[in-house]
Amino acid sequence: MSGGANARPRATGALRALALAAVLAWSAAPAVWQALTALKPDAQITRTPTVYLPSPPTWRHVQALWDRKPFGRYLANSAAIAAAATLLCVSLAALAATAIARLPGRGREGTLLALLVVSLFPPILLLFPLYEGVRALGWVNHPLALVLPFAALNLPLAVWVLEGALRALPAELDEAGRLDGLSALGRLRRVHLPLALPALATTAILVFIFCWNEFMLSLTFMTRDAAKTVTAGIASVSGASLHEIPWGQLSAAIVIATLPLVALVLLFERRIVSGLTRGALKG
Amino acid sequence: MSGAGLTRERTLLLFPALLLLALVVAVPILRVVQLGFHRVELDGGIALHWAGLEPYARLWQDGRWWGALRNTAVFTGASVALELVLGVAVALLLHERFRGRGLARALVMVPWALPTAIMALAWAWIFNDAFGVLNDLLGRLGLVRGPVAWLGGPGTAMLALVVADVWKTTPFVALIVLAGLQGIPEPVLEAARVDGLSAAQRFRRVLLPLLGPSLLVAVAFRAVQAYGAFDLPYVMTGGGPGGATETVSLYAYRNYFRYLDFGYGSAVAVQGALLAALLAAALMGLAGRRGRVRA
Repeated sequence: MSGGANARPRATGALRALALAAVLAWSAAPAVWQALTALKPDAQITRTPTVYLPSPPTWRHVQALWDRKPFGRYLANSAAIAAAATLLCVSLAALAATAIARLPGRGREGTLLALLVVSLFPPILLLFPLYEGVRALGWVNHPLALVLPFAALNLPLAVWVLEGALRALPAELDEAGRLDGLSALGRLRRVHLPLALPALATTAILVFIFCWNEFMLSLTFMTRDAAKTVTAGIASVSGASLHEIPWGQLSAAIVIATLPLVALVLLFERRIVSGLTRGALKG
Repeated sequence: MSGAGLTRERTLLLFPALLLLALVVAVPILRVVQLGFHRVELDGGIALHWAGLEPYARLWQDGRWWGALRNTAVFTGASVALELVLGVAVALLLHERFRGRGLARALVMVPWALPTAIMALAWAWIFNDAFGVLNDLLGRLGLVRGPVAWLGGPGTAMLALVVADVWKTTPFVALIVLAGLQGIPEPVLEAARVDGLSAAQRFRRVLLPLLGPSLLVAVAFRAVQAYGAFDLPYVMTGGGPGGATETVSLYAYRNYFRYLDFGYGSAVAVQGALLAALLAAALMGLAGRRGRVRA
């Protein structure tokens, strides 16, 4: 064998490595650039030509964020609202998915399809009537104004993922539980959910990410600074004022608000992928 | 257990989810449709005056509506097309076996999980005319003379939005395509290789047709989402300059909360959703037909 036979695979291998490096750099670039900006002293942020690496790096912007009160509040609000909505969404989805998984063929497919259609409605369609409802209930600036819509809007995805997992469990389990005299809820709690635990975790992670990232409803329903979630709190500085923004602090805020999500993806990539592809490809 | 008992049990299990969906989705949809047929006036509360199809007739003569529709179509078409091409390329890259593949897949997924509204700010900073890193890089490469006001020109502002959207959602398309690739049995690819097809031919004649259904699913999902774009234009450009990046969702929002024209805002939202439904139905129908032919 001459070297020629190997030269081409080696060349394509190098090309592939290069392409991969480019993709990874492109994926990381905007977030990395924010992190670098957050660590620069003010004078370096607005210097031209651009200063690439902060020298020396400063933690001033990060500290200033915590001194300026509402940012910690934003984070706490986002965490609490996303967690509550996730809990509600996954609980209701688990109940519904149990029923749907045991429906006969046509009814099951029809129900899942209807849920898919619901998940495709553009949120702007619901925004104003929801706002009317929120006002009528006196829920402006109340966490429930976001928890209920977030739970509802993520139900279709949650049911899709959980239904797939529950249907994969053998039907005899159900029979056995019934013979043991367990009620539907008892069977769900003692038999199905423990076995579907991985799918529950997957669903919860996905729903949490979507809730944390939501912007339009948060922007509209949370008008008081202390009630805002992190997306609405940070991004409401936008628009006309874009030139007067203190970019150092803003960058620090962006980095901190996105870190939990980066951590979730790096820790649970496999789960997220399996959940999303089940939601999108099945049927 | 009796059939009736089973049915009652199922109804009870489904009830909480259905109730929540009714309150948060069904009732609001009925309400927005109702509002779209009315002139809505504020007098302490809200007063409805029946207007029939008048708000929808107004859409026809509203240049700003047509502008928003065109912007939305351009944004959706450009970003979905780019995401599709790049998504397939990234999926093919990540389908290969190599050391560190798990980590690479996770890193590529990260943009998808980050909040659009917040990353829109990050992109606005990159595209910033005075201090943005993009102008600096292009200047160093000698590609531009002097800083470009990316978000200040109609065409370049749209381009910036598309870039930010492609960055954020290519991972989603790649993921769906990757799942499709994993579903193709190795012997099929092996046979194509034995038949002496080149890599390009294998891609065009074997992979692409087999991937067809999952590609269409990805496109349908993405198209409907891109069509509803709100966060990105709201934060990055505010719909500007001069309405050049105002999407249908953003126009509806402005009608609601800037002009307090709730009836017309509802008509914009409903008309927009109807067009999105047509788009989705067409793409899904295509996906369904293709899927059945292959199955």
